[in-house]
Amino acid sequence: MSQRPSIFLARDTYRRRRLRDVARVLPIVGAVLLMVPLTWSGGSGASVQLNSNAALYVFGAWLALIVAAACLSGPLSRPEPDEGGEGRD
Amino acid sequence: MLSFNLLVGVALSYVAVLFAVAFWAERRAANGRDGWLRSPLVYTLSLSVYCTGWTFYGAVGYAARSGLEYLVIYLGPTLVLVGWWALLRKLVRVGRTQRITSIADLISSRFGKSNTLGVIVTVITVVATTPYIALQLQSVTLSVSVFAEQGWGEADLHATAFWVAVGLALFTILFGTRNLDVNERHHGVVMAIALEAVVKLFALLAVGIFVVWQVADGPADVLARIDASPQAEWQIGPGRWAGLIFLSAAAVLCLPRMFHVMVVENSDERHLATASWAFPLYLGAMSLFVLPIAVIGLDVMPEGSNPDLFVLTLPLQLGADGLAFLSFLGGLSSATSMVIVASIALSIMVSNHIVMPIWLSSTGDRASMSGDVRRTVILSRRIAIAVVLSLGWLYFQLSGATEALASIGLISFAGSAQILPPLLAGLFWRGATRIGAGAGLVIGFAIWIYTLFLPGSGLGLPESVMTDGPMGIGWLRPQALFGIEGMDPVLHTVLWSMILNALAVFIGSVLSFPSPLERLQGAQVVDVFAHSASPKGWGQGTAEAEDLLVMAQRILGSTQAHHLFEGQAKLQGTAGYLPEVTPDFLDRLERELAGSVGAATAHAMIGQIQGGTSVSVEDLIAVADETAQMMEYSSRLEAKSAELTLTAQQLQEANEKLTALSIQKDGFLSQISHELRTPMTSIRAFSELLRDGDVPADERARFAGIIQDEAVRLTRLLDDLLDLSVLENGQVTLNVADGPLVDLIDRAVAATERQTIGLRIIRDRDAEASLLLETDLDRLSQVFINLISNAAKYCDAESPELRIEVRGRTIDIVDNGSGIPKASRRVIFEKFSRLSDHSAAGGAGLGLAICREIMEKLGGSIDYLPGRDGAAFRVVLPDARALAAE
Repeated sequence: MSQRPSIFLARDTYRRRRLRDVARVLPIVGAVLLMVPLTWSGGSGASVQLNSNAALYVFGAWLALIVAAACLSGPLSRPEPDEGGEGRD
Repeated sequence: MLSFNLLVGVALSYVAVLFAVAFWAERRAANGRDGWLRSPLVYTLSLSVYCTGWTFYGAVGYAARSGLEYLVIYLGPTLVLVGWWALLRKLVRVGRTQRITSIADLISSRFGKSNTLGVIVTVITVVATTPYIALQLQSVTLSVSVFAEQGWGEADLHATAFWVAVGLALFTILFGTRNLDVNERHHGVVMAIALEAVVKLFALLAVGIFVVWQVADGPADVLARIDASPQAEWQIGPGRWAGLIFLSAAAVLCLPRMFHVMVVENSDERHLATASWAFPLYLGAMSLFVLPIAVIGLDVMPEGSNPDLFVLTLPLQLGADGLAFLSFLGGLSSATSMVIVASIALSIMVSNHIVMPIWLSSTGDRASMSGDVRRTVILSRRIAIAVVLSLGWLYFQLSGATEALASIGLISFAGSAQILPPLLAGLFWRGATRIGAGAGLVIGFAIWIYTLFLPGSGLGLPESVMTDGPMGIGWLRPQALFGIEGMDPVLHTVLWSMILNALAVFIGSVLSFPSPLERLQGAQVVDVFAHSASPKGWGQGTAEAEDLLVMAQRILGSTQAHHLFEGQAKLQGTAGYLPEVTPDFLDRLERELAGSVGAATAHAMIGQIQGGTSVSVEDLIAVADETAQMMEYSSRLEAKSAELTLTAQQLQEANEKLTALSIQKDGFLSQISHELRTPMTSIRAFSELLRDGDVPADERARFAGIIQDEAVRLTRLLDDLLDLSVLENGQVTLNVADGPLVDLIDRAVAATERQTIGLRIIRDRDAEASLLLETDLDRLSQVFINLISNAAKYCDAESPELRIEVRGRTIDIVDNGSGIPKASRRVIFEKFSRLSDHSAAGGAGLGLAICREIMEKLGGSIDYLPGRDGAAFRVVLPDARALAAE
């Protein structure tokens, strides 16, 4: 009971908005991660990647995306108390 | 050894299980117990129609040829699903609010319910999907042929394909067109798809696990074998890697079957949240063992065996017959689920955008009233399914099951991707118009056909066109547009078609004007989260509720239509079953119908009954300016309230006036009794003295004189009062006569001769003589008598004089006294107002009040004239005519 009330108003709403930002950025992050193989120029000799390593990298990035999406999906799909707040952020 | 009969038996019993599951799901849904059927898990699994026979078998072959490149097919959808919040959520919300039935319906609905666009999209998807269906038939027949090679001789591939197609058509027609659902949901189909998703994942994982842990010695060994294989190094060109990820991302949005399971069959937006990670996980699991299977297959299998069938042939080679069976079922599942959903999606498009509009226009005005629309729709869907499948089979026959089919997957993706630019523009840009979308679709489709579909599908272009371009125009060569050579053909097509398609959408939109309905729909779709209400498409029209009910019954079915109408009636508070035909109701009905027959057709059907199909500018204004209406209403309220305030104020004023009048009346009564009492008192006193006798004779005469005087005064007062009341009550009769003003004033001066001794009256006799009057001369002279005697009484100058000035019909009567104080000027015309002390006046104070009444009766006026030296009155004589008119 001794916990001081936060100065920050509407903390939940704010958190929710930032969560949406994360959700919007996530595919971009994913695209960037998946574009890394572009530097492994196909057969030009600059830097040759072994497919075993490449597979580990791609699957690792993939898994990271899945985990991130799974973490976001719960909070994001909770019914929104302020449906009208869309787009104000 | 596997016998043919066993294989057929297993396949048939698997199909029987699918039928049973679908049937069971339909029954449950019909009983309203569809909670479990509509779980996020089932939704996610149904998305797996993305993984077709091509990906089930072909991915391994792909990996055997180009290493990890097969992953691009799965990575694009992963990005789209992971980014569901930004795009898919909006797509699904739009689909739900607008009752979208297919991707063609979405494009048509967004761009003003244009059926032309619906037709274009339908054609694109049919052309792009048919070879894909053929590919599925091929994968099934190939897998059957693998078993055939095991011992029971040459299988009749074409017969297999034919019977597979027939079986699929049967299943799809049974469960895809059982009912004409308002939400276009097919519980049975979705459930069967979900089951198939589990089967194919399980099959692929089983083969993978078998390969990794039975054939190889676990993951480390597999990685080592990969490094030792021909696919040891990353050899994918950057353009191809990025381009194909983009292409598969576009495909997951635009493929008709994906759109169907993702948007149309979606029952809850929140399922997307689960699918956002679960579906990428599913894809990851599907692709995890692909490279190991390919590498070990290359190791184990004899030289020259088809890597596309490693999933099947590897277990067979290693003697795991059961696993091979499972793998066969997995492949069968992949192929059949894709064909089923794709043909349902295509049949919806074909029937809603091609068959129904043609049928509607061919039957004319009676379309929505006569004949069973419902049956027509279902029949057209069934025929469409049969046609789509036979097209696929025909394509398979024509292309002769060649290698060309293998590349058809990406070709089909590229075709469907042509819908992406209009789709995204429509979702996020209000300025996108029908013209732009149509131009983009047509240009993209044309480029795709010319540069990829014809050269790559085995139908072929003449060799000369391929090498030299059409009619020798080099820069139009199908695989080197604008002279840029050496690009990968798929990449080449995707690049140019997407650039030109998007450009056409943009330029077309910028240059054209949208119709009112387009603008409405654009706003509805782009701002779907801001307002999920529907556009007001229908004004008050001529439609009868009963007509609408008859039509709705034919599309929705009797129970559902009655339910809808009753619910609406209840909502409106109307008794009975038929609601009022309000624009709101028409909108809702249209959306319900759109769920069954598509937006454009529903719009047209309501339009036929309702009369006007176009949205008037007034409707638009009514929608756009709802706030304006509110403001108008509130300003009206404000005006009304101001009016009420005014009325209240007026009432208050009237009340004050009445109160004042009452006070005035009281004052008048007390005044008059006082005025009457004073002479009465002296009369009584003197008459008593006289009665008592004992009064000397000279005294008696004096007393009698006083009594006489007081009686005269009383009489005069009563006369005045009588006069005044007669005047005030308007019961006066005027004796109109002619005469010059000079005579009248002469008379007045003569009448007041006794009082005016010592008062010099200055007159302008010429002016007076020239003014001829036609009025009640006696009354008018009374006014002058009053004014003159007043001057005689009150003028306090040493040598008092009275000036009578005549100018036109205005006569000023001015004395040289000190005048009337400003504060008193207001009251001098009131009754009993006397300014100086009573005795001096010797009148009752009614004179000026009488004057004013007289002047008003004569149609003139009398006022105090300020700004002169002494007391000044201005008498304005009435016009002769004004009097005559009275």
